[in-house]
Amino acid sequence: MATKILTEHINVPGIETFDVYRKQGGYTAVEKAIKTMTPESIVEEVKKAGVRGRGGAGFPMGMKWSFLAKPEGVPRYLVCNADESEPGTFKDHYLMKNIPHLLIEGMIISSFALGANKSFIYVRGELMYVIHILEKAIAEAKAKGFLGKNILGSGYDLELVVQPGGGAYICGEETALLESLEGKRGNPRNKPPFPAVKGLYQSPTVVNNVESIATTAWIVNNGGEAYAGIGIGRSTGTKLISASGHINKPGVYEIELGVPVEDFIYADEWCGGIRPGHKFKALVAGGSSVPILPANLALTLANGEKRLMSYESLSDGGFATGTMLGSGGFILFDETSCIVRNTWNFSRFYHHESCGQCSPCREGTGWMEKVLHRIEYGHGHQQDIDLLVDVAKKIEGNTICPLGDAAAWPVASAIRHFRDEFQWHIDHPSEATQPGAVYRGEMALV
Amino acid sequence: MEDVKPQLLKVTIDGIEVEVEPGTTILQAARKIGPAVAPPAMCYYQPLKGSGGKCRACLVRVAAGSAKDPRPMPKLVASCLTAVQDGMIVENETSPQVIDARNGVVEFLLLNHPLDCPVCDQAGECDLQNFAFDHGKSTTRYEEDRRTFEKKDIGPYIQLHMTRCILCYRCVYTADQITNKRVHGVLGRGDASEIGTYIEKAIDNDFSGNVIDVCPVGALTDKTYRFKNRVWFSKPVDAHRDCPTCSGKVTLWYRGEDVIRVTARKNEWSEVLEFICNTCRFDMKKTSDWTIEGPTKISRSSVISANKYRADTIKPSFGQRLAAAEYKSIHDERDTSQLGIKQLAPERFAKVLPSALDPEP
Repeated sequence: MATKILTEHINVPGIETFDVYRKQGGYTAVEKAIKTMTPESIVEEVKKAGVRGRGGAGFPMGMKWSFLAKPEGVPRYLVCNADESEPGTFKDHYLMKNIPHLLIEGMIISSFALGANKSFIYVRGELMYVIHILEKAIAEAKAKGFLGKNILGSGYDLELVVQPGGGAYICGEETALLESLEGKRGNPRNKPPFPAVKGLYQSPTVVNNVESIATTAWIVNNGGEAYAGIGIGRSTGTKLISASGHINKPGVYEIELGVPVEDFIYADEWCGGIRPGHKFKALVAGGSSVPILPANLALTLANGEKRLMSYESLSDGGFATGTMLGSGGFILFDETSCIVRNTWNFSRFYHHESCGQCSPCREGTGWMEKVLHRIEYGHGHQQDIDLLVDVAKKIEGNTICPLGDAAAWPVASAIRHFRDEFQWHIDHPSEATQPGAVYRGEMALV
Repeated sequence: MEDVKPQLLKVTIDGIEVEVEPGTTILQAARKIGPAVAPPAMCYYQPLKGSGGKCRACLVRVAAGSAKDPRPMPKLVASCLTAVQDGMIVENETSPQVIDARNGVVEFLLLNHPLDCPVCDQAGECDLQNFAFDHGKSTTRYEEDRRTFEKKDIGPYIQLHMTRCILCYRCVYTADQITNKRVHGVLGRGDASEIGTYIEKAIDNDFSGNVIDVCPVGALTDKTYRFKNRVWFSKPVDAHRDCPTCSGKVTLWYRGEDVIRVTARKNEWSEVLEFICNTCRFDMKKTSDWTIEGPTKISRSSVISANKYRADTIKPSFGQRLAAAEYKSIHDERDTSQLGIKQLAPERFAKVLPSALDPEP
């Protein structure tokens, strides 16, 4: 049985209440951290654990914490990024809804480690019921003395605030999130300075994903080395994967990093295989912003080895043959999916969500969407495919924040791996625009 | 007390080395060298704090981060925001990657900006026109409909034509930083975003006219001047007055005897030197209101100086010298003897233009 760090008690009835959570061993990590550990030693444990940011970028969390500037007389902040809104990603939402105290426990430990006396959980505004669940949990924790003034008699104070966001995807980008939290329009800031030096209200700030923060309770209880013992290579610990698409059992699964992609798809424990009678066509492994892979490359590396669910293995070979683990939004497509329509759909999302600050993203995302729309609806020209590749290239890397990259990668990779399909749409407009029409030409189906 | 000078940092831009003070950005260092290597900037505006980083026109490649850490930076960086390090090597016009990215930025900016310079009030004073001319292509690959807007009155003196706006945010920063009450900002998202005022608000602050000067394109125009004239028919003259609100240092734009427009003075990067008040800009349009200082210096390459000659202007002989030096007689095998065509020998040009066959001066 695989180790469960976050979801071990998630199915216990009433786990969303303080009492049940406490009975399952909840808040012991807070007691241990505040009574027996120093902030430095907690940071040290997190570093040892080697946990990488679960929001998508995969930056080592301990390293991020150690970058935090500590000037005298200036408050420091911890902000939990719960603005999860990438198409295909729904793991944080699941965690907060089912086991809110795990996040709150993590927030207390992390805030203590970083010396923050006021911390924020920035939740996507659409998830109002999750916000109510979190607020109720905070009130319970406060009543039991785990939050507020003088926590457990240690002299440490912490106020925890839940802030609903406006429902913009861009507010998940950490600097745009901070702008939004300050009450401004959610536009990403220019970096440097990074939030660790000048973040919320110009003070040193750490922004972490829900899942990253939730792991700290386990790390404090069991030690960083125990955490680093799970997983493979530099991808330590477990990861929540939100699996969706044409699989038998969509849902949120906690896996130890290093599980083969093939096992994850076909094992009954997880996705339970492709839906009956169909074949595996393509995979988006880490949320809609990462490059799409055809079935053969999704299961094996370029050198023929099995591809694993880990940061390194999924990105093997760069974007030519690899993708990214990203946020863990695992979307599988079978042969009934039209890649052109799917890419257009992703592109539509990024066009809608671009903040409009910098010109390549503001204009380029819209342009790509319109060209893809044209191809999908049978009005594409031969030069459109190269045009898309070129526009994506001119957006990628030239924007203020990674939204430009997130918009460009799905388009560029879809054309890289499924160029025939785009070509078919252009060559056979009358066929391609029929309802449910899908390219049936040469495809590497598994 | 000993005067402590900060240690200067050496930075090489396009092979030209320059020494600058710590904290200088790449763009400022490049401007110190001169216009030949200065990256273009559509949103960066030195007098406005926090501007820059949005248009991505000034992207450059950092080929070596510093003398200590000579690794190149992985992505192109916005030169208006990136501070120089000692020993940094920057590629601007010499990097094909930069040229390509800049080419892309021109294309993106022109997707929703009409190329109607002949009927635009900003023609001749438009940064985007210059940027597109220097870095753009002659054709577009964009086939879709472009967005258009009705003209909007956003105050007694200023008209907004969103069709031309490239969302550089300069006017928003101006209103934020030099007026005490900002009533306009950016509404909407992505390519649907637009400059707008709060519901039924008008921009009527005493310094609001400056948003016209900072607009790099023809989106914000002066209602008292709009379509009264083309800029190259007018004559700019520096003048000042004793103004209780602002510095009172302006440029008057004459047509014949009449002052048709008053603007703040600008430097060679078309950034205003000092912001001026609305009284100076809109109400003082008589020569008698001003103390005239003399003609404004305008770059010869600017369209504004077209058809204007000054006694001290030396006419460029370079072009004629070059033409004469590169003169080649036409190779023509036809028998022209019967047509009465005379072939002129190169020596003939030497008589017309004594310096023509000289080597470089």
